[in-house]
Amino acid sequence: MPLQVKRLLIVFVLFIGIMLGLKYFLTPESWREYGAYRGNALTEISDKEAKYVQTETCAMCHDSIAELKTQGAHKSIQCEICHGPGYKHIDDENIDMNIPDDNQFCMRCHSKNAASPQSIIKQIDAVEHSEGEECINCHNPHQPWL
Amino acid sequence: MAIKKENSSRRDFIKNSSMFAGGIVLVSLLNPLKMVYATKKPKGKGKWYGIGIDIEKCIGCASCARACKVENDVPNEPFFFRNWVEQYTITNDDEIKVSSPNGGIDGFKQPVPDDEIYKTFFVPKMCNHCAKSPCTQVCPVGASFESPEGIALVDKSYCIGCGYCVQSCPYGCRYIDMENGVVDKCTLCYHRLQKGLDPACMMACPTGARIYGDLNDKESAVSVFIKENNCAVLKPQLNTESKLFYNDLSQEVH
Repeated sequence: MPLQVKRLLIVFVLFIGIMLGLKYFLTPESWREYGAYRGNALTEISDKEAKYVQTETCAMCHDSIAELKTQGAHKSIQCEICHGPGYKHIDDENIDMNIPDDNQFCMRCHSKNAASPQSIIKQIDAVEHSEGEECINCHNPHQPWL
Repeated sequence: MAIKKENSSRRDFIKNSSMFAGGIVLVSLLNPLKMVYATKKPKGKGKWYGIGIDIEKCIGCASCARACKVENDVPNEPFFFRNWVEQYTITNDDEIKVSSPNGGIDGFKQPVPDDEIYKTFFVPKMCNHCAKSPCTQVCPVGASFESPEGIALVDKSYCIGCGYCVQSCPYGCRYIDMENGVVDKCTLCYHRLQKGLDPACMMACPTGARIYGDLNDKESAVSVFIKENNCAVLKPQLNTESKLFYNDLSQEVH
């Protein structure tokens, strides 16, 4: 074998060796467990605390309101859409939930807009309909009549 | 002095070169060197999540966008969204207006009076969790990936914040989390799914316009939704194999 090829071979072997060494030390744990990424990332992402606990959990204590709600037009709505996330409240009942009572809150869904399908949601013109009256004075949000 | 030439026969040349080519093909079949470009859909086994959005049922309340911001600690400023709602208005003069005030959270104002509207509707948007997602393919460090369930996720401790994926997403579903300088995006509330809860946006929808489920299971809500409705995906020409199916999607939506 000519000398120049031998020298080149040595350089090649060194280069490949260094690369393999670096790969060994720099590849993170659980790499390629499922694919070309850290498998542990999946557990790290799923470890995050869930903030919305969903109606079933609310109904464990607030069973009468949950029962009332199943009969009204708001039955498909989760408690926490209006009252905010309940993850703190279920551990400590002194942490209050949000109780929205302004008309503007109701208008998020019920304001008139041509893009909202009439068959899905009742829409009103706030000023015309209530004449300055609060929505909740006439409608019980847990069981609104139609 | 004349250079000595080795006279190899044509037969030798063909033999050597075909062995070389065959060797390359063989090596490329070995698992560690296999090209990674897209997650393979698991055949029949495991979950493979898909999403359905029923435009006919969306009332534009943006409860989904609000719930997502709360659940996932998304910055409150506009332009940071994991999901948002757009209102499309097509006027009688064929003008298409798209509005999304703070992703719909600030409430929609009808842009033109009723008698000038030809057609108007809401389009909720979110990560399409593509099966051949451009965003996971461009990541230089392997921080963006597709989970075995078909959910495009970001390994935030591994992301270098180069923003390449933000540019590559054809649906504009990624943003840079300014606090850590890394990319963030919809995880289909992976942490909630693993605990047996619904994703925040699915839970928050008051009219049931948002549906998700296992596409491998023919009985699941999303499979039934796709079967019963004439569904379409956004930008099908890009071949991203989006798994977000819209019912009643108009041509104008892009």
